[in-house]
Amino acid sequence: MSTPVLERAPAGGADRRRGSSRDRVENALLKVLRPVVIVLLLLAAVFPFYYMVLLSFRSLDSLLQDPGALVVSADELDLSTYLDVLAPVSQGGQGFITFMRNSLVVSLATVALSLLVAVPGAYAVSRLAFFGRRQISALFLAVYFFPSILLAVPLFVFFTQIGLRGSLVGLLVVYVSQVVAVSIYTLRNYFATIPVSLEEAAAIDGASRLQTMRRISLPLAMPAIVSNGLFVFMIAWNEFLFALLFLVERRESWTVSLGLSQLSGSIEVPTTVLMAGSVILTLPIIVLFFASERLLVGGLTAGAEKG
Amino acid sequence: MSQVADGPGVAGPAAQLPAEPEPGGGPRRGGRPRRRSVRSREENRAGLTLIAPTVAIIGVAVVLPILWAISLAFQRVRLINIRGTGFFGDYTLGNFQDVITSPGFGTALLTTVVYSVCGTALAIGIGLVAALALRTPFRGRGLIRASLLLPYVAPVVAATFVWTTMLNPQFGIVNWFGTTVLGWDAPVAFLSDRSLPVSLLGVQVELPIALLTVICFEAWRSFPFAFLFLTARLQAVPDVLDEAARIDGATPTQRFRHILLPQLMPTIAVLSVLRFIWTFNNFDDIYLLTGGGAGTEVVSVRVFDYLTARGDIGAAAAQALMLAVILAVLVTVYLRLFGREEEQA
Repeated sequence: MSTPVLERAPAGGADRRRGSSRDRVENALLKVLRPVVIVLLLLAAVFPFYYMVLLSFRSLDSLLQDPGALVVSADELDLSTYLDVLAPVSQGGQGFITFMRNSLVVSLATVALSLLVAVPGAYAVSRLAFFGRRQISALFLAVYFFPSILLAVPLFVFFTQIGLRGSLVGLLVVYVSQVVAVSIYTLRNYFATIPVSLEEAAAIDGASRLQTMRRISLPLAMPAIVSNGLFVFMIAWNEFLFALLFLVERRESWTVSLGLSQLSGSIEVPTTVLMAGSVILTLPIIVLFFASERLLVGGLTAGAEKG
Repeated sequence: MSQVADGPGVAGPAAQLPAEPEPGGGPRRGGRPRRRSVRSREENRAGLTLIAPTVAIIGVAVVLPILWAISLAFQRVRLINIRGTGFFGDYTLGNFQDVITSPGFGTALLTTVVYSVCGTALAIGIGLVAALALRTPFRGRGLIRASLLLPYVAPVVAATFVWTTMLNPQFGIVNWFGTTVLGWDAPVAFLSDRSLPVSLLGVQVELPIALLTVICFEAWRSFPFAFLFLTARLQAVPDVLDEAARIDGATPTQRFRHILLPQLMPTIAVLSVLRFIWTFNNFDDIYLLTGGGAGTEVVSVRVFDYLTARGDIGAAAAQALMLAVILAVLVTVYLRLFGREEEQA
């Protein structure tokens, strides 16, 4: 092995020279690596969704013939998958239009109900000194980290006993109870950033507590409330376990998530048709996400999804 | 909490005014006892009224069910005799005995731990790389950042379905790529093969391929979460530190090791706890990808199986309870160890 040239130089100079050459090598390496890493990550994150859309426009035959195709040619383009997946069962389709209605109803109701409950609750926890405030906050945090499968057992038994399985109302109650703790946690943090002095000023001007809340605190907290609402909508729309436990026996009350998972187990429905179903399930979330990304990213970090 | 918000308020001096006329009232708090007590009583009432709906919902739909789950774990309950089941019954430890001695439980627990540890580590590692790679601004960075979050926000059912299709041995794109481009001998059944013999440098190794695949899925799905947190933390690292180290001749890796990493460590620690808890409890991903087959059965999938397929509610409750207790113990141990480390540092 030949001795590197650098080591023959005087000690002090060699140290500095070696340091700077290592620096140069690392910088050059990073300059190449950085874009490569970014492209790879982007590919990993986005490609599955591209593949989803791609397959949803192809027929099963063409997929089996050429599994590696990455673009769909115009003569191959097949929109019947969407018609098939959306059409009601009575017309030979898969009935996703009903699933979408169910998902939409449950998600919107969860948003409305959980905000109705969580906004006053978050205000109380962040602003008012009341008996047991700290214990309640701790309880909410505990709920947040609880294994949902443990909760699933008694709820399954209870809904079976009272015959509420298959009802969207039961699911709604469970969803609200699952998200309300997260909502309070995020909203509380936001309320804490609103200066108390604004409310005190209103109080001095003679506003009652309710008026202060409605006229001062709520409008100021609107960005957080909206982002929280979007966040809750996403959780409810994406939820799977409780939908599976409570609704599986009644096809007419399936949500989109449940419908897709149930149908993907059967061999009768072609994969490409179900891909169209996947697009239908994913698209609202992605549109919502990109439309409100700025708002949402704050919400995601402040109170992340349970799952 | 709310004290944080006590900024330089306009109303600050005004609020203190009533205290002044009282001469020698001692500390300011004691200076206006009547006013305070009326105000605090009103505040107490308002607070309790506003929080009541939340407490009611959580009490009815979370706390009561959990108490009931604990009680069910100590009763011999099956789906058939569910009608008469309540809070009280013949309490017994039989469920726990059955569960612990049943063959699959130990394996499922081990799988859960391996899955959570590897999934968490991989997700945080990739998230860290992503956050560092996207640290310096460039055109289109915002869009790339947002796109990297897609795996995290997308519905789990759609994500698992795309993955199962991509990994399909007959028409999946991964196996197509492997057999035609990479020259694999045969397609790999990523989600239904328990082990795959692979020769690494001439040595035959049995890879637990299905488990590795679900771990990769978990990393893919949750790295954006780590990426998001670490990006936020990186933005708060003062530039002067990095600058000073650069002037002193520190190379990029040295700056990462000695400047950035210590700054990121608390965030990484919090992320580890959060991701570990969620991965440990995770049911959806594995149930949807493999159904718990091919050596991927985690405890939560096993609970579901006991609950629905076997109808053995007592055993399901006992296992879910053990899952929760083991998780609590692990997290406590971790926090103890980590807390001590912080003290030493």
